[in-house]
Amino acid sequence: MSMYSEKVMEHFRNPRNMGELEHPDGVGTVGNPVCGDVMTIHIKVEGDRLADIKFKTFGCAAAIATSSMITELAKGMTLDEAMQVNNEDVADALEGLPQVKMHCSNLAAEGLHKAIQDYREKQGKD
Amino acid sequence: MINMKHIYLDHAATTPVDPDVLDAMLPYFTERYGNASSLHSQGTAAKEALDESREQVASLIGADPDEVIFTGSGTESDNLAVKGVAMRHGSGHIITSQIEHPAVLQPCEYLENKGFDVTYLPVDKHGLVDPSDVHNAIRDDTRLVSIMHANNEIGTVEPVREIARVAHEHEVPVHTDAVQTVGKIPVDIQELGVDMLSLSAHKIYGPKGVGALYIRDGTQLEPLLHGGGHEHGLRSSTENIPGVVGLGTACQLAKERLDGEQKRLTGLRDRLIDTVLEIEEAYLNGHPEKRLPNNAHFRFTAIEGESLLLSLDEQGIAASTGSACSSKKLQASHVLLAIGLDAVEAHGSLRLTLGKDTTEEDVDIVLRVLPGIIERLREMSPLWSR
Repeated sequence: MSMYSEKVMEHFRNPRNMGELEHPDGVGTVGNPVCGDVMTIHIKVEGDRLADIKFKTFGCAAAIATSSMITELAKGMTLDEAMQVNNEDVADALEGLPQVKMHCSNLAAEGLHKAIQDYREKQGKD
Repeated sequence: MINMKHIYLDHAATTPVDPDVLDAMLPYFTERYGNASSLHSQGTAAKEALDESREQVASLIGADPDEVIFTGSGTESDNLAVKGVAMRHGSGHIITSQIEHPAVLQPCEYLENKGFDVTYLPVDKHGLVDPSDVHNAIRDDTRLVSIMHANNEIGTVEPVREIARVAHEHEVPVHTDAVQTVGKIPVDIQELGVDMLSLSAHKIYGPKGVGALYIRDGTQLEPLLHGGGHEHGLRSSTENIPGVVGLGTACQLAKERLDGEQKRLTGLRDRLIDTVLEIEEAYLNGHPEKRLPNNAHFRFTAIEGESLLLSLDEQGIAASTGSACSSKKLQASHVLLAIGLDAVEAHGSLRLTLGKDTTEEDVDIVLRVLPGIIERLREMSPLWSR
C-alpha cells in the first residue's frame, strides 16, 4: 500500500477538522459519488478570515487526505488568500499524489472555493 | 504495530507456496535440471518428474494424464482454450458471460476485433448464468461456450454441468475457467462434462508462472506457441520442470486436504458472513449458498473500498475491493456492475478470501476490527446521514 506518501497516510490516519459545523457560514460540496469521491466543506467566517473549517469526505485515502490538508492550509487565511489556494498546492503539501489520483480525488480546493462563494452569495457580496 | 499479527485474506488473488511444494521443487533447479526432451539420464529424470506431475494434476480433476497440458499460467490456459478453438475455425460465434475473468473476456474482445461474434451472457443478481440463456444464444456457427466454474470476485459457483449439457446438445465444445474452484471444491471433468478446463498453481499453494489446461481427447484447437512441439504440439517451450513439479505437488496436497478444508473454510466463512451482516447496511454480494467455501464478499453503504482496504491494512489485514478507486483504470468492477449494482454501491465492496492458514482467531480479529473501521469511515462520509 505504498502508492501514497507518508504525509498522505498520516492525514488519512488522523484527519484534521473532520466533521460539520453546526451553523456554517458557507457550504461547498464537490465530486460525484459515481466517481467515488464526494467532499463537503463547511466554513465559519470572522471578519474577512476563515475562523473554522470542517470537512466530510466519501472516497479513497487521497480524497480524505486532501480534504484534511485543505482545512489545515486555509484555516486563518483571508477569504481572498484562500481563493488562491489550488489543488496543486494541496497535492504539494501532501508531498505529492499518485498521478492517477490527481484528477479524481484532488478536489478539496474546489470544495473550499465553493464554500467561500456560497458565503459571499449569502452576504450579497458577489 | 511491530507485533501486529498479519492476517492474509486475499487468497483469491494468490497464495503462499506450501513448504512441501517448495521442497519438492528445489532439486529440479540445481540437481535434476535436465531437459525432459534429452535422452541422457538427466533428461530422463526430468521426463519422469513431468509425467508424475501430469498424473497428479489429472488425478485431482478425474482426467486422463494425456488430456492435461502444462502452460505458463491460468491466463495462458484461458487464452489457449478460447483463441485456440476460435483460430481452428477462423470465424464464427463464441458464447461467454459478462462476469468472466479478463483472461477470457479480453481474448473474446480480441476475437471480436478479428471478425468473430461474441455473446456476453448476463447474470442474475447473485451472479448466476442461466443455462437456458446459453441454449437461446447458440447458433449454427457457435464454436465455443466458455463459462467460469466460479467467479473470482463474488465467489458464485456457476451451473457448468447444466451449461455443458445444453451446449453438447448442439455439439458445441465447452471451456470452463476453474482457477478458483480446483482444490477448493470437488472438480471432476467427467461430472462437469466440459471439454476444456483451466487451472493455476499459485491459487492452490503452488508457484506463480505455471498452469494447466485439460483438453478432452478429440477437442480441436490451434496452439498459441509454435516451436519444438512440446505438450502434444499445443504449447512449445522447454518444460518448466520445477514449476510443473510444484503444480503437481500442490494438486496432490489439495486432493488430500480437500474434504477437510472445504468443511473448515465453509464454517469460518459462514461465521464471518453472519456476523458482518449484523453491521448496519451491510450486504452480501454473490450467491448465499452456491459460493466458494473461502469467499466472503460484502458491500457497505456510504463508504469507499480503497479507504476500507487501507484501514484494514493498517491493522495488518490484507483484503481486496471492487471499488473503482483501487483499480488501475478507475472503473468499478465489471462483475459488480453485471450483478446489478450501481457504481456507488460497487465502491463500498470488500472481498475477504480465506485460506489454509486462516484460523478462528483471524476471523475473530477481523470481526473485532471491521465494525470500528466502517463506523469511522461513515462518520467521515457526507453520504451517511444517521
